[in-house]
Order: sequence, then structure tokens, then C-alpha cells
Amino acid sequence: MARPIHIVHDKAETLPPPMMSVGVARWLKDNLFSSLSNVVLTVLVLYVLWLLVPPLLDWALFDAVWTAASRQECWDTSDGACWAVVITRFDQFVYGDYPVSERWRPNLAFVLLFVALAPILFDRMPGRRTLLLFSAVYPVIAVILLIGGLGLEEVETARFGGFLLTIVIGITGISASLPLGILLALGRQSDLFIIRILCVGFIEFIRGVPLITLLFVASTLLNYFMPPGTSFNLLVRVLIMVTLFSAAYIAEVIRGGLQAMPAGQYEAAKSLGLPYWKTMRLIILPQALKISIPGIVNSFIALYKDTTLVIIIGLLDPLGIGKATLSDTTWQGLSTEVYIFVAIFFFLCCFGMSRYSAWLERKLHTGH
Amino acid sequence: MSASSDVDPGGETFRLSDLWTNEKSRSLVIQIVALIALLLSLAWIVNNTIQNLENLGVETGYGFLEHPASYDINQRLIEYTSRSTHARAALVGFLNTVLVALTGIAFATLLGFIAGVLRLSQNWLVARLMTAYVEFTRNVPVLLHILLWYGIVVHTLPHPKQAIEPIGGFFLSNRGFYVPRPEFGDFAWVIPAALAAAVAGVWLFARHARRVQERTGRIYPVFSIGLAAIVAAPVVAFYAAGSPVELDWPALKGFNYKGGVALKPEFFALWFALSIYTAAFIAEIVRSGILAVSHGQTEASYSLGIKPGRTMRLVIIPQALRVIVPPLISQYLNLTKNSSLAIAVGYMDVTATIGRISLNQTGRALECMSILLTIYLLISLTISAFMNWYNRRIRLVER
Repeated sequence: MARPIHIVHDKAETLPPPMMSVGVARWLKDNLFSSLSNVVLTVLVLYVLWLLVPPLLDWALFDAVWTAASRQECWDTSDGACWAVVITRFDQFVYGDYPVSERWRPNLAFVLLFVALAPILFDRMPGRRTLLLFSAVYPVIAVILLIGGLGLEEVETARFGGFLLTIVIGITGISASLPLGILLALGRQSDLFIIRILCVGFIEFIRGVPLITLLFVASTLLNYFMPPGTSFNLLVRVLIMVTLFSAAYIAEVIRGGLQAMPAGQYEAAKSLGLPYWKTMRLIILPQALKISIPGIVNSFIALYKDTTLVIIIGLLDPLGIGKATLSDTTWQGLSTEVYIFVAIFFFLCCFGMSRYSAWLERKLHTGH
Repeated sequence: MSASSDVDPGGETFRLSDLWTNEKSRSLVIQIVALIALLLSLAWIVNNTIQNLENLGVETGYGFLEHPASYDINQRLIEYTSRSTHARAALVGFLNTVLVALTGIAFATLLGFIAGVLRLSQNWLVARLMTAYVEFTRNVPVLLHILLWYGIVVHTLPHPKQAIEPIGGFFLSNRGFYVPRPEFGDFAWVIPAALAAAVAGVWLFARHARRVQERTGRIYPVFSIGLAAIVAAPVVAFYAAGSPVELDWPALKGFNYKGGVALKPEFFALWFALSIYTAAFIAEIVRSGILAVSHGQTEASYSLGIKPGRTMRLVIIPQALRVIVPPLISQYLNLTKNSSLAIAVGYMDVTATIGRISLNQTGRALECMSILLTIYLLISLTISAFMNWYNRRIRLVER
């Protein structure tokens, strides 16, 4: 007698997963409506956004006035933002008072800046070594292009302004304060008593006072300290102060990295017979700098933002140009538009730097 | 040089090259050279300064501090007129710095903790909003924040006649924020005295409760009892002393408000901008502090049968605070130093008074700057001394 055999001939239909466990629905449930309190919170936030965002968009984009000759014309046309002020004064915001006929020079310097920065920022570039040579001479090229010499007409630094000034102060400060900061950090960790005291004193003094007071010192006192008759370019004075200020902060960041090095690293270098500078250059600093990258980039961002303080001693950075624009009766009262425009510029630069640092951190992360 | 290299009573002859090849003498040489270089450059600077001052023919010395300042300060906490001395002006400025720093620190801490906790929220929308707030705020210069808010206060808020009245008796207009001013009667001292007594009593009670808990395991509801006592004592004292405090309400007279206390637009913009800016940094510190406490700690606490509320208070927060507090205090220091940007909106802090107007009026750059730098250094050193003390106290004690 044959045993009954149950054979399934047609495959069962594959059902889709329940709707709430995949895709958009699942995501919404997990992230926005996972519990009663979460639902309340989501609804509340959506309500506030609904109150705020449409009027803001109307103001900034849909009702905005892009071309007008004066603020009155803006206000007569609509209630929105008056971006005309920024567009009319755009060249000033970028170059300050730099002579119009010579503006190709900062443009060229700006383009070359990227050529010079690329091999420093990205170590897997083809032809990196040749380009690094260019990076080394770039400061000289930039100075000649911006200030003049070698047949180029001379431009006084007092005419620098706008984003040009910000970038000049920012890039110079960043590239000068890193080596100085490393030296200060090494000095602070040094066994030599007097060197250590000097470095500690310098770092603590600088970190104890606001940058603005140091800039006042630069604008009021520095001339007292120099031999009688020397007069000193204001931009150079500002560059010195900004560099010293930033170097003290970078030194503290790097000190953190140095302190995190296990003593075994120093001992291993010593047992190989390496002298101090070789120990630092080949063993300690590569590791210490690597773990200090986030802090160093934060200091760079802080320095870049601090360049705005120069308006208080009379240099015309974008904020200075903004203030000058606002004191012009044609454009008075448009401070929100002007400052938001400048804020966007700073946000793009600083956010870019912080993204680069995050990328570098991931790339250098050699652990597990 | 030759005299020293001739004879060495120790036996070995000393060679000049030892200065560089021997580690000990080399480090000595480096230090001496550094010291001499420092002293020489200091002498050079002092010499230059003396010569410059002589050439300019300006008087020096701190005597000018006793002279009348002859400028006005619109925001002041203590008595000041334009006939007061420069020293008094510096003091008024210093108190204004302290005022904006303390109120800013309080508001920034509140905002920062809320934003930091919300950034870790399960709710995607809330977490993203807070991330956007932190990123946008941190990446824009603080001076820009101050100017932007100042512009908004001055240009966007209505004139006094159409002032916004958020709560009865409080007025917000482009002339500032007007709030009622308390005026104290004869027996007003009873209220702070009652508050102090309540705080002392609660402290003693908490100590007693801890002892009882350690001995018997019984737990008193210290927090609710303490809170009730601290709130109730001043209220009872207020009525017992016959309501000795009256409020002076601001009222519109002519073009502006009279009476009450005015928070000027300068103060308001500076305080708000500094708080918003610093709060973004504090939010990041709080977030990383909470993330730094491993989840195992929570699980271990639950497995011991400790309730969630007490787990938070006894296990998570103490460990998170150890990570949070040092950078938090350095943010407080940053806020205090950033308050020197007051000068951009015309709020009269210590930089604006002694560092700017007094300096311009008297021409004593050296003296004014030295006073200003000393004041900031004292503030910074005090705060960092406190931070070192706190760090030592909460340091993880290991074997």
C-alpha cells in the first residue's frame, strides 16, 4: 500500500515584508513616531517649522529684491530681503579698495593658492613632489602679486579689503602659527627649565587675554617698542599678533597630543640612540600631530573667524565693508541682509575646513 | 674663554667642544643663551620705549586715573557721572563685563545642555535641527553674531509706542527691554536672610539624611523637601515682614519708557549673541560627555536594581561631568574674553572704557593697556586656578 505523499507542486507566492518594517514607513516609525512622546515632539517641531520656514523663505528668496538702486526702491517694491545692496557692492566685498585695473593679480594669486594647497592637502596626488616645490615658493609669488614689485605696480596694503583681506590674514596666520605652535609645545614639554618657563609664560599670557586687546597693543603700543622713527605696516602688525595668538592655542592642542604619547615611544627612540630632534621629527611628532588634527583644525577655524576682529582697529574686512555700506544713506538699515551674506561666506569656509579635518581623521585612522 | 678651558680641578681637562657634545653642559648653554637673548631684547624694547616717550614728550604714570573721565556711560551698575574719575570708569566697565559674562554663562549653559541632549534624541527631526543649529552657529564669527543681533534689535523691533509686551509690565522695543525694578523697604533684608537660613537648614538635613542612609539604608526624599523649604522660606518671610518689596513699573512717557530697569539694546544683543554662540560649543561638549559614559555603566546599575532616575543621578551624570566640566569652564573663559567685542556695538565694558575712551582721551596708551591686560589676566588666572582645583577633586582615583 502506497503511503500518501504530500507534494507541493507550486511554490508559495513570496509575500512582501509587512509594510511597517521596510522602507519609508519603517524609517518614519523608527525615527519620528517611535513613542507617544516622540509623536508629540515631532508634531510640535513640524508646527514650529511650518510657522517659521515659509515666511523666512518668502523673505529671503521669493519676495527678495535682487536689483535696485537704493533701499527705498527695495522697500517700495516688496517686503522681502534687499539683496541688491550686496550685489551692487559685491566687488567691494571681494577686493575692498584694491585698484580695479589690478584686480587680476589677487584673482591669479587665489587660483595659484589652490595649486599650492592641493599637494599639501591630498597626499596621493600625481606629481606631488614637483608641486610641493611650487608650494614652497608660493608665498613669495603671492606677496609679489599682491603688493607689487618685479615690474608690477605697487599696491599699498591699506587698500586691501573684503574677502581678500580675510583670506590673506587667514592663510598667513594659519601657515605661520602651526610651526610656531609646534615649537612652543615642544618648549613647554622640554627638560630645560628656562626654556620651559618662557614658553609657559608666553602661552598663558596670550591665552589669558582677548585677541582684541592684543590687536589694540598692535595698533597703539607696538610703535613705542620699536626704535624711534620706524613705522610699521598695520597689516604686518596685525599678522604678527594673529599668528602669536593662534600659535599659543595650537601649542596647547599639540601639548595634549604629546602628553598622550606613551613613555615607551621616547624610551624606544633613546635606546636606538636617536638624538632629541630626530626623536621628535621621526617618532614623536608624526604620532602626536596625527592625534591632534581635530584640535589643530579647530584652532585654524577659530583663527579664520577671528580675522573679523580687525575692523575694530580700522582694517576693512568684509564686516568693515559691510559697516561702511550701512553708513551710506542709500543702503542704511539693511544690516540683516549684509551680515547674512558675510555669514554665508564664513560658514562655507569654516564648514569646508571642518569637513576636510573629518576626512583626514578617517584617512589617518590606522587602528581597528 | 681660554681661562676656563685651561684647568679643570676635577682631573679631566675641559674642552670647548664639550659645551656642545656633553648633554648637561649643552642644555646649560642653551638656557643661558636663551636667557641672555630675552634680557637683551627686553632691554632693547624698554630703551626704545623710553626714547619714544621722551621724543613725544608725553607724561607717564598712573596719576591720570584720579582725573575726571568726562565721558558718559549709559549702562552702569554703580553710581557714575561724567565728573567721576578714570578709575571709576574702569570699575564701571569691569562690572559691565562681569554682568554680561555671568548672565551670558547662565543662559549659554542652559541652552547648551538642552541642545546637547536634544542632539542625541531618538527623534530624527529634533536631532537634525540641533545639528544644523550647532553647525551654523559655530562656523560663523562671534562678532558677526553680535552685529547681526544688534541690527535685528535696533532695526526690526518696534518703536517704544508699539512695544511688544510679552508679559504685563515688561516691554520690548528698539530702545531696549524694560522690566519692573524692585524697591526695597526697611525690612527687606529678612527675605535673603530667610533664604540663607533655608539653604543652611537643607544642607544640614541632607548631611543627616546621608548618614542615616549609610547606617540603615533608609532614604529620605531630600530633594523635594529641600526644594519646598528653599521656595517657601522667602515667600513666608515676604508676607511676615509685611511685603517690604514694591515694584517700580516702567511706563511710556513721551518717546521712551520711564521707571523700571532698562536692558539696553547693546547689552541685549551682546548677551544674546554671546549666549547663542557659546551654547553651540557647550552642546558639543555635553553630547561628547554623555557619549563618553559607556552603556555598560547603565546596564550594571540596572542589574543592581537601581532605578533609572537614580542611575542617571548617581552613575551617569557624575561620570559625564568629569568629561564635561574642564572644556565647559574653558568655554566660560572664552565667553568672558569674547565679551570684549562689546566695543563693536557700543556696550561699555572694561575694554571700551579704560582700553578705548580713556586711552584716546588721555593718550596714556602704555598705562591703559597694562591695566586692561592685567584685569583680563586676573580673570583668566582665577578661572583656571578654579578649574585645576576642580580637576584634582574629581580626578579618577586609580590604584
